[in-house]
Amino acid sequence: MTAALETNGLGKRYGRRWALHDCTLSIPTGKVVGLVGPNGAGKTTLLHLAVGLMAPTSGTILVLGAGPGEGPAQLARVGFVAQDTPTYAGLSIAKHLRMGAWLNPSWDGDLAKRRIEQLGLDPRQKTGSLSGGQRAQVALTLAIAKRPELLLLDEPVAALDPLARREFLQSLMEVVAEHGVTIVLSSHLVADLERVSDFLVVLVTSHVQLAGDVGALLASHYRLSGLRRDPSGLPANQQVIEESHTDKQSTLLVRSDGPILDPAWTVKPVTLDDLVLAYMGQARDTEHDPQQGLNVIR
Amino acid sequence: MIRFAALQFRTQSAVALGALAVTAVVLGLTGPHIVHLYDTTVATCGADGDCSSATATFLSSYRLLQDLGNVVIVLRAIIGIFWGAPLVAHELETGTHRLVWTQSVTRTRWIAVKLGLVGLASMAVAGLFSLMMTWWSSPFDRVSMNQFPVFSERGIVPIGYAAFAFALGVAVGVIIRRTLPAMATALVGFVVARVAVTIWVRPNLEAPVHLTSALHMTSGMGFNQTNNGPISVVGGHAGDWVFSDRIVDGAGHAVGGNFLDQGACLQSRGSAACTGRLREVLVYQPASRYWAFQSYEMAIFLGLAVICGAFCVWWMRRRIS
Amino acid sequence: MIEFQLDTASGVATYLQLVQQVHQALQLGLLEPGDQLPTAQQVVGKLAINPNTVLKAYRDLEREGLVQPRPGMGTFVIRSLPGTDPATLNRFLATLTDWLGSARAAGLGPDDIEAIYRTAIRNYFAEGVA
Repeated sequence: MTAALETNGLGKRYGRRWALHDCTLSIPTGKVVGLVGPNGAGKTTLLHLAVGLMAPTSGTILVLGAGPGEGPAQLARVGFVAQDTPTYAGLSIAKHLRMGAWLNPSWDGDLAKRRIEQLGLDPRQKTGSLSGGQRAQVALTLAIAKRPELLLLDEPVAALDPLARREFLQSLMEVVAEHGVTIVLSSHLVADLERVSDFLVVLVTSHVQLAGDVGALLASHYRLSGLRRDPSGLPANQQVIEESHTDKQSTLLVRSDGPILDPAWTVKPVTLDDLVLAYMGQARDTEHDPQQGLNVIR
Repeated sequence: MIRFAALQFRTQSAVALGALAVTAVVLGLTGPHIVHLYDTTVATCGADGDCSSATATFLSSYRLLQDLGNVVIVLRAIIGIFWGAPLVAHELETGTHRLVWTQSVTRTRWIAVKLGLVGLASMAVAGLFSLMMTWWSSPFDRVSMNQFPVFSERGIVPIGYAAFAFALGVAVGVIIRRTLPAMATALVGFVVARVAVTIWVRPNLEAPVHLTSALHMTSGMGFNQTNNGPISVVGGHAGDWVFSDRIVDGAGHAVGGNFLDQGACLQSRGSAACTGRLREVLVYQPASRYWAFQSYEMAIFLGLAVICGAFCVWWMRRRIS
Repeated sequence: MIEFQLDTASGVATYLQLVQQVHQALQLGLLEPGDQLPTAQQVVGKLAINPNTVLKAYRDLEREGLVQPRPGMGTFVIRSLPGTDPATLNRFLATLTDWLGSARAAGLGPDDIEAIYRTAIRNYFAEGVA
């Protein structure tokens, strides 16, 4: 099955700085993919490369099996909602829908109209006078109504208040349930992604730190606590991601292929939040020690 | 894409149409009266004897509108920059390029349609203004008999200027990515190009004609004499574009100083004793070349516009973020 | 039609919470054979969770023989759960009430009691991880 997004050693450099470096990913279709990382980690760069707004400096990227932005047919298969959901402030919602109809051969005008009605928006209103949440919903409508196979969203809820944020995610999930679109959603807040993602990519300082199915990730990471000891004694199939020690106690976050059988440990499951934070912390340490690197879990 | 480009352009086109309409009304109301004035004062002046005051009076009528008309034609090329600079730069500034370039239209098609639609509109507006102005000014131009001094404000060259101003605006906007700096830079570039072509290229569009002939004194002639320098002739070649018109002696040396105020010439300038050995050396572009020059200069600016447009298309394909 | 809730702090996987809520609804008689479960679209439209989670929960319920999907129409309950015997429920209610009395007498407040209860539940039902 063709991957929704496939990159190999992908990199993008601006002058001396690598905004994205050595990114190798394979994102399957049919999932809601959370792309998480701090600001400046390269999330926007990755998404812009995927929609063809930029060309890579190194490596390759394939979107739904073809080059990004290559020709109208490829552009029609991918929908995009950019950060801050740009719209033409002087044009009304209705005119934006007309733009969608004119510029997209696969435009579903009924779907667009229905969504705008359901959202309770007046089509004659200029998008410049809408609230942030309303504009985000309009941008989502525009991206959805062209019936893409893949929908990419760059921090669509970052600037929204909690209610608008919840309504946006509700809308988005309804769209997935109804149309089966693959979604890649970036955010610097894990909480947003925890509810909706079933595939996670952690991007820190322009590198992919972690990528995998959420269920598999949560099933293969554990929090171990017990009497203080040296973690290098752990079995080979267990890898320490994060560790902290007091004078009496050790707490570790480990990745393990199999169950933890050592009875000296108290074993607890890990939340997605803890997992992402642990890998982000590891990334910070990796900056000083490049031996550690990509962790990929299928 | 054409419909969307037209939608985005609706305000500017409305303003342009409004200005054209106002101009048409003003010129349409005053034009016939000017023709009437011409018919009654200048056309018949030969019979009454003194044409020079009749023509001077005529030329000074509607002076304000004449000057305004020339200013407007200059401004209208600048409108091209106003339409061109924001075309791409504004989308980049507001981030809407991330919306419109991820619809199902390639960037190449997007820029090609916008360049084509708004570029043609610029040219059409410029052409219409020029047409109206040329028609309205024709009595004045006929009287003053100098078409080359108003070369830039008549005929078809304004179409070329408008196309170039627009395309240059877009190209600069693409590079600078911000509307106001792009407008300023394009304006400077446009002025430099116009000045350069006017001073260095236009006089040489075809090799100027060098004509040496016997000096014939005519009633329209005047002379500029400097103390030690050559005498140049003023007037007497209506409609031509004169670069220099000098009096030389039989050996080809410039005749200087007060030759015309001495000796035989003092008594009668028209006598053979005065002018017999004098020659007039005329370097000029004949009036018959006026329309050829209009075509050449328009082609030059159209060519520059096409180069700017091609640059924009090429740049778009390079995937700017 | 029942409405699902989500407790993000409980540490219980979302799809399991949905399954449990269906079980509870069946036991309490809120759901009866022939009733339709909310569609995945309806559930996610309210809870903003991944539709696959809902589908996974419904698949588990189908495996348990409690529900059945009808193509083009939805997912319907086909069996009820035997409720726990009311006498048993009352017996444990009495035991717990006695325990609460002892706890209060020992000076435990409602927060302490709540913490003990939650820890016990978590430890008991999560022990299968290792």
